[in-house]
Amino acid sequence: MNTDVKTRPLRLALVGAPNCGKTSLFNALTGGHAKVANYPGVTVEYRLSDFKTREGQNVTLMDLPGVYGDYGHSLDEKVTINAIRGEIEGEAPPDGLIIMMDASHINTHLHNVLQIKNYGLPVILVLNMMDMAARDGIEINVDGLQEALGITVIPAVAVRASGRGHLTSFLDGWINDIRAGKALAPTPQNESLKAMQTRARAITAEHVSRDRVADTFSEKIDAVVLHPLGGVIILLAVLFFMFQAVYTWSGPGIEAIEGLFGVIKSGVENIMPDMWLRSLLVDGIIEGLGAVIVFLPQILILFAFILLLEASGYMTRAAFLVDTLMAKAGLNGRAFIPLLSSFACAIPGVMAARTIEDERDRLTTILIAPLMTCSARWPVYFLVIGAFIPATKVGGFNLQGLVAFGLIMVGVIFALIVAAILKRTLLKGAKPTLMLELPSYKMPVFKDYLRGLWERAMIFMTRAGRIILPATIVIWFLTKYPSRAEGIESTFAGMIGRVLEPIFAPIGFTLEMTISLIPAMAAREVAVSALGTIYSLDESAAEAELGGVIAADWTLATGLAFLAWFIFAPQCLSTLAVMRKETNGWKWPLFAFAYLFALAYVAAGLTYQIARGFGL
Amino acid sequence: MTLDQLPKKQPARVTGFSAEQPDIVLRLREIGFAENDNVEVHHFGLFGRNPMTVNLNGALIALRRGEAALVEVEAL
Repeated sequence: MNTDVKTRPLRLALVGAPNCGKTSLFNALTGGHAKVANYPGVTVEYRLSDFKTREGQNVTLMDLPGVYGDYGHSLDEKVTINAIRGEIEGEAPPDGLIIMMDASHINTHLHNVLQIKNYGLPVILVLNMMDMAARDGIEINVDGLQEALGITVIPAVAVRASGRGHLTSFLDGWINDIRAGKALAPTPQNESLKAMQTRARAITAEHVSRDRVADTFSEKIDAVVLHPLGGVIILLAVLFFMFQAVYTWSGPGIEAIEGLFGVIKSGVENIMPDMWLRSLLVDGIIEGLGAVIVFLPQILILFAFILLLEASGYMTRAAFLVDTLMAKAGLNGRAFIPLLSSFACAIPGVMAARTIEDERDRLTTILIAPLMTCSARWPVYFLVIGAFIPATKVGGFNLQGLVAFGLIMVGVIFALIVAAILKRTLLKGAKPTLMLELPSYKMPVFKDYLRGLWERAMIFMTRAGRIILPATIVIWFLTKYPSRAEGIESTFAGMIGRVLEPIFAPIGFTLEMTISLIPAMAAREVAVSALGTIYSLDESAAEAELGGVIAADWTLATGLAFLAWFIFAPQCLSTLAVMRKETNGWKWPLFAFAYLFALAYVAAGLTYQIARGFGL
Repeated sequence: MTLDQLPKKQPARVTGFSAEQPDIVLRLREIGFAENDNVEVHHFGLFGRNPMTVNLNGALIALRRGEAALVEVEAL
């Protein structure tokens, strides 16, 4: 590898507080083709991308998790600090730092620049969102600031090409200076944070003025959105609308995907002779992948909302609003964001818990994340609700939708109860704190928004390929061999099911249901396609058909018990694997598995026995 | 007086920090609280007026009362 600073690609890192626009600038400079890097040991992400400057110099740009200064309080902040210090294994230290700061908040945050200067690397300051600062009546004397700080200060509006002009034209000269060893690198000062603040305040007092103290745009919105009661009602309405949208808007997309897989399937059936390989392709791979990829529309709609809430600045408000409730469960509002992501999939949720500073709070959040109904469980809900709950209207809402919403809420309530118990027993610790900056509201940048959505879709598809594909091949094998002479009972799956049957019989599960729980460990949605295979149906042809079969085969009590099971159903193997990674061991994933299994078993058992008591 | 006791919309000035919980004080300083800064409480949470938001030199920071109690202020 070329290590000569004069010729190798120069490494620059973007550093700054959360929500100051680093990612927008990163995407704009690099074209957004980032590679997401994993920090060895714990998976904490930063992004890397190569780009060419105006004069064609090669630069590797790093986008790091947001930090305020030079202390890493949470796991993601520690990654940033370690990356700057060059302490990440296999990752060379940056040659220069680009500090980004929201120009409107320079009064509050300028001491962070002094902190970051202390790393002793060549450094420049980019004042982002100058347009919004001007709108709020803030005037910044850039030359004066530059002289007082002793570093180059560049005003910018990162989301607009014209707003990046100063920066892009400056970069080449700076890079040449760094290569030649002439770039100004500040000498680290041994100065207390308090002293830095005093110095920073003196600088802003001289060079930054605020000519009017009018209500800003964000303050006007916050008067409504952060109202103690009104704000909570708005948040509930937003969430309810989001879940309704996920259910109702996804229909056409789901049909299109089902249609596509139907075409592929009949195509393969037409060109191949009837043999085991065709069965593997059609019944195993195409069926199995189709059963999972069919949820892509729902995942996309859910993340379309989550990303919009994040990019607009509302997400931190939601965290503030729910904090009051989270406090009762011994958690803090920051846990809201990981928990909301868990409705799509627990894996990003578990990883997002890194932003939680207190280790015990982070663990608690990871442990309850699987209680948020991930979208993989929805197909199971769809199937069983469709079979047993009539599609009548209750108070203007679809009854099936209301039942689904009810199941989701039961999960949320139990998550809070479990968190409250954990925080008073196993994970007892210091009183949780909350310290969160609520950024100004912004219009999301359309391109960045689409890119975020695309990244989510790719993560989902990769997972489908890497985990669900092999799982479906195994299921295909187990449900086909050694023989299907006596239906499912004479297959390997049937034999395994026999062994487990005594465990699940008391909670009302049939042999077929018991068998379907095994592949559901790979991914919960596979329970649906497995049931289809087990009942020897052409399942993707019509889910309603499978619904009809189970409606005839199961009692209502059994159906309800199956739903109750899936509220708590022990999480899939990939969630367990990510939990192991994030907690550095098997202890917590095994704990989560055990407690969720116990809850699921008791809930399904109680539901079954009570429903039977009512004669259902 | 400490920041958690400050009435809503009462402009005030930071005079110092508690000697207790230095870790949290450090984080308060890092996010931007400093001596002589202007602060104003803007919003409260639904239960027990917790958490709260504080306008700090134009930036809006959400805190719990426990953290706010570490910031000493005087009303202006």
